[in-house]
Amino acid sequence: MRRMIVALVAAALAPAAAAQNVKIGVVTFLSGPAASPFGVPAKNAAEFVAEALNQGAAPKPYEKRGFGGANLELVFVDEAGSTTTQVTEFRNLVQRANVDLVIGYVSSGNCLAIAPVAEELKKLVNFFDCGTPRIFEDGKYNYVFRTSPTATMDSVGAALYVRDAKPGVKSIAGINQNYAWGQDSWGDFEAAMKVLVPNVEVKTSQMPKLFAGQYNAEISALLSAKPDVIHSSFWNGDLEALILQAGPRGLMKQSLTILTTGETAMHKLGNQIPDGTVLGARGPFGPYAPNNQYNKWFHGGFVGKYKEQPNYASYQMAQAFLGVKAAWEKAQDANGGKRPSAEQVGAALKGSTFEGPGGTVRMAIGGGHQAIMETAYGTTKLDKGKLTVVNVKRYPAEQVNPPEGIKSADWIKNGFKK
Amino acid sequence: MNQLISVGVDGVIYSAWLFTAALGLTLVYGVMKIVNVTHGSFYALGAYAAASLTGAWLAAGYPPMLSYLVLLAAALLVSVVVAPVIERGILRFMYAKDEVVILLITYALFLVLEDVIKLVWGVNPYYIAQPYALLGSFTVGGLAHPTYNLILVVLALVSGLGLTWLLRGTRVGKLLRAVIHDPEVSRAMGINVNRYYLVTFTFGSMLAALAGAFTAPTVSVVPGLGVEIIVLSFAVVVIGGLGSLPGAALGAVIVGMVRSASVHYWPEVELFVIYFVMAMVLAFRPRGLFSLAEPRKI
Repeated sequence: MRRMIVALVAAALAPAAAAQNVKIGVVTFLSGPAASPFGVPAKNAAEFVAEALNQGAAPKPYEKRGFGGANLELVFVDEAGSTTTQVTEFRNLVQRANVDLVIGYVSSGNCLAIAPVAEELKKLVNFFDCGTPRIFEDGKYNYVFRTSPTATMDSVGAALYVRDAKPGVKSIAGINQNYAWGQDSWGDFEAAMKVLVPNVEVKTSQMPKLFAGQYNAEISALLSAKPDVIHSSFWNGDLEALILQAGPRGLMKQSLTILTTGETAMHKLGNQIPDGTVLGARGPFGPYAPNNQYNKWFHGGFVGKYKEQPNYASYQMAQAFLGVKAAWEKAQDANGGKRPSAEQVGAALKGSTFEGPGGTVRMAIGGGHQAIMETAYGTTKLDKGKLTVVNVKRYPAEQVNPPEGIKSADWIKNGFKK
Repeated sequence: MNQLISVGVDGVIYSAWLFTAALGLTLVYGVMKIVNVTHGSFYALGAYAAASLTGAWLAAGYPPMLSYLVLLAAALLVSVVVAPVIERGILRFMYAKDEVVILLITYALFLVLEDVIKLVWGVNPYYIAQPYALLGSFTVGGLAHPTYNLILVVLALVSGLGLTWLLRGTRVGKLLRAVIHDPEVSRAMGINVNRYYLVTFTFGSMLAALAGAFTAPTVSVVPGLGVEIIVLSFAVVVIGGLGSLPGAALGAVIVGMVRSASVHYWPEVELFVIYFVMAMVLAFRPRGLFSLAEPRKI
């Protein structure tokens, strides 16, 4: 009888105890082509960081358990499927799973669709990876944040690196996937190059279908055009297929080839990437991450747990958690130690500055909702069978991100900060 | 001039790859009247099996030159094991149903097999780049092309000519053509039609697996690999006429050449041009360029 009473009391207390947890919806690709390069590394990072935070094992100032002493409970949702599906899943997370906030989204299309719904439901959302600058340039939100920089930074950084690494560049060409990401990336890169080198000639812009897989003809066209520089924002299998097919044909030897998301391939393809290829990591992540205590903790812990290198999507997810944690605890302190509301966390996150494994993150644009960071590019060099990056150049946040209130496209067109 | 040669070479390579991938689809439709969406699954299975087996072969230190035979063996193995299970276990109970219903069933099987692939191989990519670079390269029109691409051309020629010989020059082929012409009469004449369906489905799937296996060294083998190929293969066989071998060959050449020309001369329309050609062909010949004459049945 006594046992039964104890069990009943425990059962009655359990929901109360669970209610103390901070329930976080984590949305990323768990299936489909984006799962391997982005979704799964990001999910692993979310699990690692949440576990470490729950154990109070993160470095200062993140040493407090969970968020302000409340344990984190993660609810994972697969981002694969249509935008409509994602909006439905988001509503389910908020209205059925009763999450306190959502961290997620790789696809820019999904971010654009989720932002107004988050606003309608008054639920805090932190986009960790998607790149389109349009979210805060075309809209104004109270509950929506992005703790990673936009794709503008990648393209402007790439153009600056080309100028520095290949002075006297006369011609460029591109091979990008034929959808918003590829077209925007090439558009920004081309515009930035025309600012830096006004007479630069665009030899060809190849736009194969997403997941086309076979690029022999495109590689021939690029080889025939003989541009000084080739730009590509390919990702996943497309990026790897391009490297595998272009490498043996000498494309990367003939032209300086800049792969803006190339870091995701360097851990897997290693010695297939020819020396002299320029790799980007969408920010100071992976091989470009600073040697700070957060990176030592995150990189070491991640490799220890998963026996593989974290890529830039992992870093972006980690800093998304740390940014919200810092804001949560600041809001909780201001609230007399009581659990803060979404509005209070949002107010604390807005315009904040925090440190992460990628360095300093400043929520400086988009009305304090959009992060800016420095970025870096480097050139590959095989060293004793291991792919390394050399000639790494870093560009300060203000040089590669537009100032507050100015749209990326206008900023680039008007000469940006060279 | 060099650019024109490049268009030709790239077009031939792409056409050869497309033809090998589409051949099984048109064969299965020709014999069984099934638009077989699992064709994409067998392409992916062939690629995964090739990546695993060839990877293991090379890791064990066996001669890399023999890895081409391992690619071949992987395709044979996976199709001989999986295709009969699908045909005997599911499809044979559906033959009496409408073509659209069978199409939906194969689509459902395609989705199931996509998840089976993820269960077996996970979501991380597989690479076997060595066979691609092993044979060196040749130069045409001033541009280097991996010699491996010639294997794709040879594979397409052997597959196409071999299948034509099988259908035209052998007793089995003649019986199969009788089944294509009229399964009911063939059955009445003592032909074991079910056995021919099993063999055709397995052989068609094997061709898809073969295309996947020989594509594996040129790409990273990732989930979703079979989606793109089914759309392209369908475009090729529809242009040529469903069920027609010469049609598939001509369809592949048209798509390959048109795509190659657009990439070199007008890259902005590359995506649009394949489906524009398909729309034009269907506008003037709704059953494709080589549509087979059908006997009237009263």
